[in-house]
Amino acid sequence: MNTSQQRNLIQKAGFGMLSVVALLTVLPIVLVVGYIFYQGLPAISFEFLTGLPREGMRAGGILPAIVGTIYLTIGTAIFSVPLGVAAAIYLSEYAQDNLLTRLIRLAIINLAGIPSVVYGLFGLGLFVLFLNFGTSLLAGSLTLSIMTLPVIISTAEEALRAVPQSFRVVSISLGATRWQTIRRIVLPESLPGIITGVILGLERAAGETAPILFTVAAFFLPRLPDSPFDASMALPYHLFVISTQVPGMPLKLQYGTALVLLCFVLGMNLLATTIRSRARAKRQW
Amino acid sequence: MKIFISQLFDKERLITRLIASAGYSAILFVLLIFYFLISEGLPALGEVSLHSLLGTRWYPIEEYYGLLPLISGSLMVTLGATAIAMPIGIGTAVFIAEVAPRWAREILKPLVEVLGGLPSVVLGLIGFLILSPALRVNLNLATGLTAFTGSLLLAAISIPTIISVAEDALDSVPRSYRDAALALGATEWQTIWRVTLPAARSGVLTAGMLGVGRAIGETMTVMMVTGNAPVLANSLRMLFMPARTMTATIAAEMGEVARGSVHYHVLFLIGIGLFMISLVVNVTASAVVFRQRKRSERILS
Repeated sequence: MNTSQQRNLIQKAGFGMLSVVALLTVLPIVLVVGYIFYQGLPAISFEFLTGLPREGMRAGGILPAIVGTIYLTIGTAIFSVPLGVAAAIYLSEYAQDNLLTRLIRLAIINLAGIPSVVYGLFGLGLFVLFLNFGTSLLAGSLTLSIMTLPVIISTAEEALRAVPQSFRVVSISLGATRWQTIRRIVLPESLPGIITGVILGLERAAGETAPILFTVAAFFLPRLPDSPFDASMALPYHLFVISTQVPGMPLKLQYGTALVLLCFVLGMNLLATTIRSRARAKRQW
Repeated sequence: MKIFISQLFDKERLITRLIASAGYSAILFVLLIFYFLISEGLPALGEVSLHSLLGTRWYPIEEYYGLLPLISGSLMVTLGATAIAMPIGIGTAVFIAEVAPRWAREILKPLVEVLGGLPSVVLGLIGFLILSPALRVNLNLATGLTAFTGSLLLAAISIPTIISVAEDALDSVPRSYRDAALALGATEWQTIWRVTLPAARSGVLTAGMLGVGRAIGETMTVMMVTGNAPVLANSLRMLFMPARTMTATIAAEMGEVARGSVHYHVLFLIGIGLFMISLVVNVTASAVVFRQRKRSERILS
């Protein structure tokens, strides 16, 4: 065997190994998602999705948890979307490359890295106790908003920067002000990218448990919250409770709850990906 | 007309101010988080002596606040996760960026994104119900809820981070590097190992670091599968026994402590520790990324 054959053999073996490694990453994901669907589907029924939990959560439905998670997601969006998009506009359209801007970027990188449980501590300290919102949807939404902010800012900034500079130059040269240019030209052009980022950020917020442990979550509250100052159940926390804290919980309910949470999160992911690829296909620049 | 223009510019100035303050808010939030951690956590240093904080026993009911078991637990679980996630994550990134045909890439990338989006409680559930019984039987352990179980799941959680950052780093290696190597007669495999990967090494290292940062801060999964026994990890064998991490301790105990108690302050002190770790990891990682960008700019000019 000459060296060239040997090198080709090494390359084949190497590529084979890499594809095995990639398979090792991907296969468990498919198996886990598939298994949850397989085990969880039988639990899904009209009563499960629209009923209140009964018999110490061992029977009945998970409506309060579903509604709680929807409220939390909306609440998070209300605070984090305007703030995050505005911050992204600042970084992409206004900020100069100076120390302050670098500090802002550093702060965003930091916010993105802070462990979720530390956000929980912060939310407890500031919103629940100091501002006296109590354990409530409001406190939880605010905590999740700050956690989501870095995701929204960085994806929205990327979308804004993707708009060609010539669009701005033309608009300004036609006599538009900077804000008019942003509102009428830059924002509409980058909207799909911004929406994708927002959904990806909210997806993360919807699936998180640690930040809501001490700020929103009610262990067992078989009614729907009716004010932002109410505590609430939420899907991720409910799943944690029924899988580890309550003995004798039927497996079916655990997988059913996991499936609902998974559909919620994966549905958002799918929506974001679809918007992104549609916009890319339609884009003319 | 004059009034109209002045109104226009006032509105413009107002909006500019609003947008700028939204930009500055990121700094404000980091400072706020830091302030609240400090104000609730620092009193612990006055209430518990440094000697007992560095003790080996965590048993708050009897006023034992030794942090070493929790720190060693976090380290052990994280190191285990890193040892598993680094080769797999970087290998997958190389596969996606350099080797995989287009169709494979189109399948792999969304799947990795799905893994990144899986809620940690869902992974915890799978770990609790499937993985840990399997490990108990196959490795013949007393319990399947061990540090190793946590490591496996944390590896799964940090792999998407590692892949996406490492892939970006590989993508940013100029095409001409690869072309030059191939033109000199190197195989694609040699090009990857001797040219592309070394050229992207700072980015790949950053990927690993961010993966570690992701793993050390993860809470729910480790709380569900590591058994939560605060025992000092002093030998490799402890990897296959129950452990307790810093994050899990906060999550498990904060709900039950009285506000302002010693226990409450110590839990916030642990939070300060976690905040500092993530600060160091992310600032270092971003410094590496900045340097890399400067270098590629130099090459382009």
